Amino acid sequence: MCLAIPAKVVAIDEAGENATVQLGEVRKQVSLALVDGVMLGEYVLIHVGYALNKVSEDEAQKTLELFAQAGVSP
Amino acid sequence: MKYVDEFRQHRLARQLAAAIRQEADPTRQYHLMEFCGGHTHAIFRYGVQDLMPDNVKFVHGPGCPVCVLPIGRIDEAIHLVEAHDVILCTYGDLLRVPASGRKSLIKVKAAGGDVRMVYSTQDALRIARENPDREVVFFAIGFETTTPPSAVALQQAKAEGLKNFSLFCNHVLTPAAIQNILESPEVRELGTVSIHGFFGPSHVSSIIGSRPYEFFAEEFRRPVVIAGFEPLDVMQSALMLIRQLNEGRYEVENEYTRVVTREGNQKAQRLVGEVFELRRSFEWRGLGQVPYSALKIKRDYEELDAEKRFPIPVSQASDVKGCECPSILRGVKRPTDCKLFGTVCTPENPMGSCMVSSEGACAAYWSYGRFREPAQRSA
Repeated sequence: MCLAIPAKVVAIDEAGENATVQLGEVRKQVSLALVDGVMLGEYVLIHVGYALNKVSEDEAQKTLELFAQAGVSP
Repeated sequence: MKYVDEFRQHRLARQLAAAIRQEADPTRQYHLMEFCGGHTHAIFRYGVQDLMPDNVKFVHGPGCPVCVLPIGRIDEAIHLVEAHDVILCTYGDLLRVPASGRKSLIKVKAAGGDVRMVYSTQDALRIARENPDREVVFFAIGFETTTPPSAVALQQAKAEGLKNFSLFCNHVLTPAAIQNILESPEVRELGTVSIHGFFGPSHVSSIIGSRPYEFFAEEFRRPVVIAGFEPLDVMQSALMLIRQLNEGRYEVENEYTRVVTREGNQKAQRLVGEVFELRRSFEWRGLGQVPYSALKIKRDYEELDAEKRFPIPVSQASDVKGCECPSILRGVKRPTDCKLFGTVCTPENPMGSCMVSSEGACAAYWSYGRFREPAQRSA
């Protein structure tokens, strides 16, 4: 139920109310009512037709680095 | 897919598994409860349990909104269709949940009731606009992730003056449920369930932030790690919980930093606060009445509240005899302990809610785990 998927913003309407997001080959219109300041090219988390949050590129990178360290650190 | 595939890499999973085996102390047990059905699903689908040493066990929690909705509320939704001839819109997850008298929303639809599966509250609003001569009710369920879209729909309906739209509110709250589990006699006194740490929800936390869990960590002395829904997220979070337990710490840590902050999505929180307020008490399947664990529509929006618009008789339905969903939801029993599991209760013909939703523990066991634990079944 709380499933949400990260998708790339490829278009935003003039009013800034809705965005078109792309996930693989699928495009879908979603509401931006819950997130401010979404920019083209950013990734947002999509849940039941709404963008819930932005996905942070920097933080995603840091988490992946943390995984990679797991087997190495004491 | 970006932000998905990287978090499922095989090589890193092996590495994390090795780190967990190395750091888990063989002289102690680690019982880690994943609250969320999304985590339950990930643990089974990717076989994460099989990568853990024997003393690291996942305990499945009640974080599947379909599973915890009491039968009575589905009876009440069916009443709206049958007695008031409304168009009932809802998320697909709910359609097959068994109600009283061997009914379900999908059977009501098959019998001619106007039940429609929608993807978004925006679809429900559109159906209301397209059918001005019909009453359209959105049967709203879900935790904090799914509540803000309902709040947006109510505000939009009010602004548009959409008179034939209303919402049947069943939104529930995560922190209240976690507290209820920690305070239950099974955990506190009887010791039949031991929970040493918690995986915090991914997307609920993206809305409410990590701050609300700080109270539990401190009060109940249990570590909490907010975990993403991908298998590597779950494994890294298990490692973080094991480290906290080894060091005697009980803090709130956040593994899912790419989405979750301490404060959460404040715009969504504000919208929810404008439209909804706490219910004094709400019934959960498995947990019973839980104080201040759900939301209702505020007075300013009461003309859009289906419970105010339509007379709905309260249903006190009970679960199917023999169904262990209530104990499974509290982590007291496992799906394979239920006599109905895999015999009369399967995803094709579910008897209990935990078999309906793909996030339910029974459905996860059936799809991915039923051959792993054969001993209890044949016993």
